[in-house]
Amino acid sequence: MKAAIRVDGLEKHYGLTAALRGIGFELGPGQVCVLLGPNGSGKTTLLKILATLVRPDRGVVEVGGYDVRRQGRLVRNIIGVVGHQTYLYEELTVAENLRFYGRMYRVPELERRIREVAGLLGLEDRLETRVRALSRGFQQRAALARALLHDPPILLLDEPTTGLDADGRRRFGEILADLRTRGGTVLFSSHAFELERDWADRALVLSAGRLVFDGPAAGLDAGVLAGLLAGRGADRVRV
Amino acid sequence: MSGFDRLAALVAKDLLVELRSREVAYSTLVFALLVLLIFNFAFELRVENLQALAPGVLWVTFIFAAVLALSRLFAAERDRGALEGLLLCPVDRGTIYLAKLISALVLMLAVEAVAVPVFIALFGLNLPLGPLGLVAFLGSLGFASVGTLFSALAAHTRTREGLLPLLLFPISVPVIIATVKATGGVVAGEPWGVTLPWLQLLAGFDVLFAGLSYLVFELAVEE
Repeated sequence: MKAAIRVDGLEKHYGLTAALRGIGFELGPGQVCVLLGPNGSGKTTLLKILATLVRPDRGVVEVGGYDVRRQGRLVRNIIGVVGHQTYLYEELTVAENLRFYGRMYRVPELERRIREVAGLLGLEDRLETRVRALSRGFQQRAALARALLHDPPILLLDEPTTGLDADGRRRFGEILADLRTRGGTVLFSSHAFELERDWADRALVLSAGRLVFDGPAAGLDAGVLAGLLAGRGADRVRV
Repeated sequence: MSGFDRLAALVAKDLLVELRSREVAYSTLVFALLVLLIFNFAFELRVENLQALAPGVLWVTFIFAAVLALSRLFAAERDRGALEGLLLCPVDRGTIYLAKLISALVLMLAVEAVAVPVFIALFGLNLPLGPLGLVAFLGSLGFASVGTLFSALAAHTRTREGLLPLLLFPISVPVIIATVKATGGVVAGEPWGVTLPWLQLLAGFDVLFAGLSYLVFELAVEE
């Protein structure tokens, strides 16, 4: 089966600081993978490289079979990304933001699709509200709606549940489950692994820019994770 | 043209955001009017030196105001975290450049459209608005072409407000000289044949700056 995401020998440096060192993994269609690691371990850099926002120094990085360096535009067409910031224009309403991004992605039947994603995330009543006036939780729901608008087969999400309440978290879990059944691929970083473990069937753990664990999410409890991050336990467990 | 719909959407978004926030337009306009007022008091222009100084007064005002507008062209989007969202769209970086250039140009021309009548009222100078409009368009296009590129570059730095003029002024000297000379010809009512070579030079620099900036813009917005 063709890998949805393929990374091999990935290196990234910022000046003299190594952000990622020899990272390699593959994710297939229908896989939901959680990316774990302490602050500064390289999670955001890895997600940004996959999203074509940061150029890798060395190694192979393919998303949907496309090279992120040479075929960035094709990669951007098939990914949905949520970052630390919402990527929304505060002066515009939620609907205006979604309309703008929908035109960028040339989403067919845009108004119907906007209503659909708004329904999925419980944003129906806030479509005409300016983003500036939304609570942090609803801004995050709008950010998720923006990422899902063009129905991308691959989602790259950097701490997507930040600010979400229980209802938002439940809705997000349902969206991931639906995407998995449709053969979509999700790589998401998490700051609340205990709450989100059930969503993922696989986990990658980064520590100081190195991949220290690659295995089933179910086999990773808080004790094992703490041990990995402290440099103990399994070294590169492969699925 | 395949990317025209996206280009139109990008420009419409920029203008709508500016219309709602009025962050750049108001500050740029007030700044331009204040500079004109200061020149009016400082120079005590008389009929004999008015025509010689007017082009310089006008373009120093426009260029300083344009730097103010250009410094916020990408910075506002970056500060609010929307720039990455824009770069994640499956759109040529060149299309994003063109959209930003058009947005900057619209803003600059709007400020100039208000500032010119004020200039005429303050200095009592009768200017032919048609030819002056053509010079203003070509001059602003040249300045905005390279200014949009450097604004994207400077947006990544902490000292962007100071860095932008340092990058922009030396490069845009040919555009500024040609624009001031062409404006001088228009103000003095010289025959079209005297002004035309400056306009041709200006148009040449516009094409050169816009073309080069379009090609290298991708490098300017990379992290």
